[in-house]
Amino acid sequence: MIATVAPKARGAFLYPGDELKSMGPSKIRLDGIAVRAVEIGRMRLIVTASLFALAFGLIGARLVELMVVGGDPSLVVARGTTTTAAVSQRRADIVDRNGVLIATNLPTVDLFADAQKVIDPKNATKKLIATMPELKRDEVLRKLSSGQRFVYLRRHLTPNEQASINALGIPGVDFVESSRRVYPHGSLFAHVAGVTDPDNHGNAGAEKAFDEILRRDQAPLALSLDVRVQHAVREALAAGITRFSAVAGNAVVMDANTGELVAMVSLPDFDPKDIGTASEAARFNGVTLGLYEMGSTFKLFTAAMALDSGTATLASRYDATEPIKIGRFTIQDFHAQNRWMDVPDVLIHSSNIGAAKIALQAGTEAQKAFLRKIGLLTPLALELPEVGTPQYPRTWREINTITIAYGHGISVTPVHVASAVSALVNGGTLHAPTIVRRDTGDEVAARPVISKRTSDAIRALMRMIVIEGSGKQADVAGYLVGGKTGSAEKVTRRGGYAENSRRTSFVAAFPITAPRYVVLVVLDEPRAIKETYGFATAGWNAAPTAGAIIAKISPMLGVFPIGHDDTFEPLAGILASRSVGRRAPRNEYASREADEAPRATDDSAPGVAIAAETTADAMSAIADAAGGTGEVE
Amino acid sequence: MNTSITRTDVSLVGRWWWTVDKWILVAVALLISIGVLLNFAAGPPAAERIGADTFHFVRRQMMFLPIAVVVMLAISLLPPVQIRRLAVIGFVCALILMLATLALGLEVKGARRWITFAGVSLQPSEFIKPFFAVVAAWMFAEHRLRDDFPGNAIAVGLLLAVVVMLLSQPDVGMTLVVTAVWCAQFFVAGLPIFWVILFALAGLSALVGAYFAFSHVASRVDRFLDPSSGDNYQITQSMRAFEQGGWFGRGPGEGRVKEALPDAHTDFIFAVAGEEFGVILCIAMVALFAFLVIRALVKAMREENLFILLAVGGLAVQFGLQAVINMASSLRMMPTKGMTLPFVSYGGSSLVALGVGMGMILALTRRRRDLEGRLI
Repeated sequence: MIATVAPKARGAFLYPGDELKSMGPSKIRLDGIAVRAVEIGRMRLIVTASLFALAFGLIGARLVELMVVGGDPSLVVARGTTTTAAVSQRRADIVDRNGVLIATNLPTVDLFADAQKVIDPKNATKKLIATMPELKRDEVLRKLSSGQRFVYLRRHLTPNEQASINALGIPGVDFVESSRRVYPHGSLFAHVAGVTDPDNHGNAGAEKAFDEILRRDQAPLALSLDVRVQHAVREALAAGITRFSAVAGNAVVMDANTGELVAMVSLPDFDPKDIGTASEAARFNGVTLGLYEMGSTFKLFTAAMALDSGTATLASRYDATEPIKIGRFTIQDFHAQNRWMDVPDVLIHSSNIGAAKIALQAGTEAQKAFLRKIGLLTPLALELPEVGTPQYPRTWREINTITIAYGHGISVTPVHVASAVSALVNGGTLHAPTIVRRDTGDEVAARPVISKRTSDAIRALMRMIVIEGSGKQADVAGYLVGGKTGSAEKVTRRGGYAENSRRTSFVAAFPITAPRYVVLVVLDEPRAIKETYGFATAGWNAAPTAGAIIAKISPMLGVFPIGHDDTFEPLAGILASRSVGRRAPRNEYASREADEAPRATDDSAPGVAIAAETTADAMSAIADAAGGTGEVE
Repeated sequence: MNTSITRTDVSLVGRWWWTVDKWILVAVALLISIGVLLNFAAGPPAAERIGADTFHFVRRQMMFLPIAVVVMLAISLLPPVQIRRLAVIGFVCALILMLATLALGLEVKGARRWITFAGVSLQPSEFIKPFFAVVAAWMFAEHRLRDDFPGNAIAVGLLLAVVVMLLSQPDVGMTLVVTAVWCAQFFVAGLPIFWVILFALAGLSALVGAYFAFSHVASRVDRFLDPSSGDNYQITQSMRAFEQGGWFGRGPGEGRVKEALPDAHTDFIFAVAGEEFGVILCIAMVALFAFLVIRALVKAMREENLFILLAVGGLAVQFGLQAVINMASSLRMMPTKGMTLPFVSYGGSSLVALGVGMGMILALTRRRRDLEGRLI
């Protein structure tokens, strides 16, 4: 109201400062408009100051909220992502088929230096070496004087090491959180699990094969292996190697019906924590990467090929009276029988001549096609990065057909053999081998490769080899082991074969009535010992080793000893036909009909018939096997 | 207190000593000390990031600091009339320099704000802030006190000129501060409530306009409203720094976030303070800023001269607004806005310009009357 009454000051424009000069208390009192303006100004300055007080108060409250109470809920999203990033650096565990840890992580710290903060590199190096003598002086000094902001001095310190380095109080030397891959079973899974590099990236084995999955997923990776079986197999194999002074050995246990590897051991092996000092031989996974001439084991494939294609029957007979001469080669038998042999004879006596003749009868192309069909000519289709590609002649001549018939001139890995034999004994289905646990309901890559009848025959043959032939020492009472030995002379550096340096093997399936597992043992250069009467062939070392493995693992795997009620008709059939055959002209029974319906053509008791020609031991085993036919009593 | 200056000393310095507001002086001195401390913390990592030697930023700040202090003290010696003259001359000079910047300036991060002058890089827009506050105060006061003087119109014209200059750089943040200070002064000068509301609405629509007109403004606001919508790297790091700080901080030099924050030595220096020295120093800093602003405003309130009241009010608002925006940004209370923390952040032009502004506050808040009410 004063503003309207009080006249505004009028007059000429004042230059800057003029009005201040003339300003005095009396003037202000007179100048109502100015007083009024200043009063409004003061009022509004109070408003302004209050707003500022409020703003600063809010800032203070926010500080307390963030720094004392802790956390900004609106940034949970952002924090969430960083947490995931931190967690994803944690590598998933590897476990066995029952969830037992094979590989896990241990939190550790890494020692690093910020070289720019290191004041006295020489003195610091001296202190570090004194505390950690395994560090290299030159290297540490170079790193500390490098001027780099971040350089590792040592990875994965123990808490004790960390404490003692920390106590040195060297400026610029610091720790960063890390994690280290640990393998609680030491060397037990060295080749399967593999190793990681210091940054925890897979470098070999399953760690490398499943690197992406292990880094991405949090769920543990379950392998098909069983820690108990693996341990038993390794122990038995190591015992075999020691007993026969072998230089190396491999063993595989495969689930015959799924292709899962339940155990795989390659000796010598190494402890993953000492990978740096492990020898090349120790790091080599012979089971999947080693390419070996398997020797007579291959006669199983030769027999299966001939029986399945129909070029031979079990009763087909071959002239093994004389060695085969082809070019400059002479093929002869180790245990020469110098007589005509039927297919079971060829396998029981492991006749090279017989196997060669079976293969020649079927033909080169049939042999090649069959071996390809059961996966023996293609690279091992296993998840591991360390897999071998079979070696075989590029041009497959007659001589190759002959030698390959008894497992020479072709090299495959032990897993190849285990996988192919699984197909031969499980009814004829080839499963892709795997080291990952297959759960019921999983889609499994499988294809039929031979007929069930051929599979039955092969099982019978394998059982007979154990009863009567070279595989006797692999038998385990009650478990009905069937198998085949193989002894290959090792190729020397000069290219020829060394007569006294062998690689022996034994492939077994048990129980042969309905095989659940296939076991393969390979011994490298086993020596003859007193107990083997100077022999060093497979039947004397690989076979008993396989037997020891089967005896140990069967209870773990839930394979029960088979009682007298069980029947194994295929074997009974063969035995029947053979027993009849020995009395009558053989050719009369060398027919498929005889093979198909053995009992119909034979009314005598097979067990009794056999008894005349085999040992008492074998007889009782066969009697067990042939038990429930009702004819053996 | 220094007793070598006696009460009877009537020299320029003697009279200054007995009339200047020592509370403000002490608060500024404390802020500068904290600034030096934090510069030692945040400067080296920033220097190493750009490949300069470790103490590059610290050294430069130490070079500008004495200049700023001398400028502040020198200006605080001036009587109000000379302050006004200085402001008018400075305003014109800064305006010319800004024009020159548009023509000759260096483009840094998409904006033309810097002009190199005899080897020294200068940001003229920093200087226009204090000068413009004083000039606008004069115009508002003159309009209020004289019938025949179109002060408001001139003030509007000057604001438009400054805003056009700033937006063509472009520097939205500075535009915001200058406009806000101008509006505050207009408000204090007695703008009728109707107009206050109208101005508030206009300001709001201007903010919305800026959102749609400038893509970088829009993206910052978007990221503030929805942290997951885009790159919030700096603000996330800043939050981490505060959270790590706790009560007493991680300790001097122990901060880690500063190594990951590109603007740790400028826009986010408050976060460095939080991480290394904890909530106690942060609250102390907030208290210092609050004290300075409110003390200056209270001083302005006691003033009988409208021009001085408006000028000190404007300068204090400008100072306080800058502090509030910086701190609130780094605390994620508002969209990030590149603004230095007065006397604390690194920045030569900013520091000297703050010296100018604070010098003018000190000069205008000096006691000008003796005990009998006579002007001295």
